Amino acid sequence: MSNASSPGVLTGSHYLDGDHACSEGAIAAGCRFAAGYPITPSTEVVERIAQRFPQVGGRFLQFEDELAASIALLGGAWGGAKALTVTSGPGFSLMMEHLGYAAITETPCVYVDVQRAGPSTGLPTQPAQGDMMQARFGSHGDYRIIALCPNSPQECFDLTVEAFNLAEEFRVPVLVMLDEVVGHMTEKVVIPSAERIPVTPRKFTKKTPGTFKLFEPAEGTLVPEMAMPGQGHRIHVTGLTHDERGYPAMTVAAQEKMQRRLFDKIVLNADRIVRWEEKHLDDAEVVVVSYGITSRIAEKAIQAARDQGVKVGSFRLITAWPFPEKQIIELSRKVKAFVVPELNMGQMMLEVERIAGGRCKTVGVPHVGGTVHNPEVILNAILEAVR
Amino acid sequence: MSAPVRENPVDKYLRKERMPSIWCPGCGIGTTVNCFTRALDASGFDLEKVAVVSGIGCTGRVAGYLKLDSFHTTHGRAIPFATGLKLARPDLNVVVYSGDGDLSAIGGNHLIHAARRNADLLVVCVNNFTYGMTGGQVTPTTPNPAIASTTPYGAYEQSFNLPHLVASCGGVFVARWTAYHVRQIAKTMGEALSKKGFRFIEIIAPCPTLYLRRNKLGEGLDEMKFYQEKSVVMNGADTREVGLDFRDEIPVGKFVDIERPTLEEAMEARLSKALGTKYVPYTSPGKA
Ligand SMILES: Cc1ncc(C[n+]2csc(CCOP(=O)(O)OP(=O)(O)O)c2C)c(N)n1
Ligand code: SF4
Repeated sequence: MSNASSPGVLTGSHYLDGDHACSEGAIAAGCRFAAGYPITPSTEVVERIAQRFPQVGGRFLQFEDELAASIALLGGAWGGAKALTVTSGPGFSLMMEHLGYAAITETPCVYVDVQRAGPSTGLPTQPAQGDMMQARFGSHGDYRIIALCPNSPQECFDLTVEAFNLAEEFRVPVLVMLDEVVGHMTEKVVIPSAERIPVTPRKFTKKTPGTFKLFEPAEGTLVPEMAMPGQGHRIHVTGLTHDERGYPAMTVAAQEKMQRRLFDKIVLNADRIVRWEEKHLDDAEVVVVSYGITSRIAEKAIQAARDQGVKVGSFRLITAWPFPEKQIIELSRKVKAFVVPELNMGQMMLEVERIAGGRCKTVGVPHVGGTVHNPEVILNAILEAVR
Repeated sequence: MSAPVRENPVDKYLRKERMPSIWCPGCGIGTTVNCFTRALDASGFDLEKVAVVSGIGCTGRVAGYLKLDSFHTTHGRAIPFATGLKLARPDLNVVVYSGDGDLSAIGGNHLIHAARRNADLLVVCVNNFTYGMTGGQVTPTTPNPAIASTTPYGAYEQSFNLPHLVASCGGVFVARWTAYHVRQIAKTMGEALSKKGFRFIEIIAPCPTLYLRRNKLGEGLDEMKFYQEKSVVMNGADTREVGLDFRDEIPVGKFVDIERPTLEEAMEARLSKALGTKYVPYTSPGKA
C-alpha cells in the first residue's frame, strides 16, 4: 500500500452526486486512463472525468461503442495504467465478452455500472438493480469477479478507491454497481487528504526477463505479478486457455489449472474481500438483506417494525460478489427469516435462499424498478416473515 | 565436417518454442509474417517498444508467434484494444495484425473510427476473402460470385474495397500487395512502421484449405502464379479504382501517403490550447 498522490485528490467536503463521487474516487485511486460510451444514468461519471483528467495528467477517450470502450479499457490497463470504464445496463451487456477476457487474462481494471430498469432499453433514467446476476454470470464460461454496491455518494467515492485497490491486489476486474438513485443523489462527500487514502500500486515484477512468467502466481499467493510491454519480458496475453507463460494450451490439464486458480484466488480469499454492514443483529428474529438504495429505504421499514416491537435487524451487502456466504450461513442458523427487498424480480434473493438452505425462510420483496420500494411494502414483508 | 547450421534471420523474431504454427501448408499468413520480421530487422527499431495486437482467426494467431509484447484479443476488437494501449503507452509502436473478417466485418465499426480519428496504429490486414478459422464462410471481402460455405451458390453482396474504405475515412497510409510481393510487402511495412497515424496495409493471401479448394482454384502455388499474372502496380491510384473482382486484375501498390495530426497530437493540441497552463500532459507508465 502507498498513498494517493495529492495533486489529483479533491480533499475537503463537497456536495457531489454518486456519479461524480465515483469519478473523484477513480482519480484519487490513481486512475489515469478511461474509455467510455455515453449511456444514462452513468454518463456523468465520464463527463466529470473528461473535465478533470486533462488537469491531472489523465487520458480519456469516448469510443464508438461499448465493445470498443470495454476493450480499450484493457489495452490501457495492459499499457500499465489504472483504467476505468463506465456504463449502464444495455452497455454492460455489450461489455460482457470483455469482462470474460479481463477475467481470463487477469487484467486489473474497474467497471462502474449505474443500473437502470430493463430488460433491454427499459427505463433509461430510472433506477433498478437488475444487473446483479449479469455481473456475476453475464460473460460465458466460469470466472469470478468482485462487485461492490455503494449506497451513498460517500461510498461511491470510498468504494471506487477500494475497487481499484482490489483490482490490483487480485488482478481481477472489479465492478462498482450503483443504481440510478445512488448515482444521481447529491450528498455530502468528505474526501480525505491524499496521505489518508491508501492506494495499492500495480505490482510490477522485479524479476528479470526470461525468469518471469506472467501467469505464475507470486510466492505464497494465488495472484501473479504484473508486467507491461516495453519491460523486456515479451509478454503474450491471450483469451485462450493458457499456461503460465501465457501461451495457448489446448488441454484439459491446462484448463483445470488456469480455471481453478481464477476461481480460487477470489473464493479462497473471500474473507479478505467480503464487506458488509450490520445493524441490530444481536436479538434479530428477522433480517433484512439489502444493498444500494434499497438498503436506505429498508432502514425506514426496519425502524417502523422496531417501533412495533418486532425484532428485526439489517444486513447490508457492500460486496455483492463474492457474496458474504459465511455470514449468511451463520445468521440462517439463528433467525426465523430473511427479507430481501431489491429493485429486481428477485436476483440476490436466490443467493440468500440458496445459502440459507432451508434453515430459515427467505422472503423476497421484488420490485420491477423505475422507482424505489414503498417502505410499507418492506414493513409488511417483515411482519409477515416474523409470524 | 558438416557446415555450421546458419540461423534463419527471422528466428529471433519468433517464439520458436511455439513452432510449428497452426497454419496450413501453402497458407499466405506465414509469408506475411516473414515479411514483417524482415521489415522489423531493417527498421532497426528497439523491439522492446513494438507491441503486436491481433483479433481472432487464423491471422489473429500472428501475435502469439511473434517474440514481441503481444496481445491476442477478442474477435474484431484488436483495433480498440490497440487504441487503448497506444493512448496509455505513447512510447510504444503498436501494430494490429489480423484477418479481413476480423477487421472489416465484426470489427468494421472500429476500423472506420480508428481511421477517422487517425489513431496512431499500423494495421496489417491479411485478406484471404474468407473466414479461415471458422471454416470458410463468406466475409465482406468475398468477391461476387465466389463460393463460401455460407454462400454455397456463390456470393452476391457487393464486397468491400478496403483501401478505399480506409482512405475515405481518413487513413494516412494505405497500401495493398499480394503474398507474391514479398519484397514490396517488407519495404511497405518498413515505411509504414516509421510513419505516424492510421496506416493500413492489405495483403491478398491464399487460403488453399478453404477458399481455393472450394472455388477449385488449385494449390497455394497456383494462386501465387495468379497473383504474379494479375497484379497491376498502381502507386498513387485513386482508391475508388482499386476494387477487386473475382479472378480479375489486382491493383497493388501504395495508394495513399499523406500527413495529418494523429489522435494523440490532436488531443494534446486541443487540450493545451483550451487549458493553457492548467493542462497536465499524460505521462506514460513506461517512462517511470
Ligand atoms: C464474438 C465472436 N464471434 C465469432 C467468433 C468465431 N470466429 C472465430 S475466427 C472467425 C473468422 C475469422 O476470419 P478472418 O478474420 O477473415 O481471419 P482468418 O481466419 O481468415 O485469418 C470467427 C467468425 C468468435 N471467436 N467470436
Ligand atoms: S484455414 Fe486458410 S487461412 Fe487458416 S491457416 Fe489454413 S490456409 Fe491459412
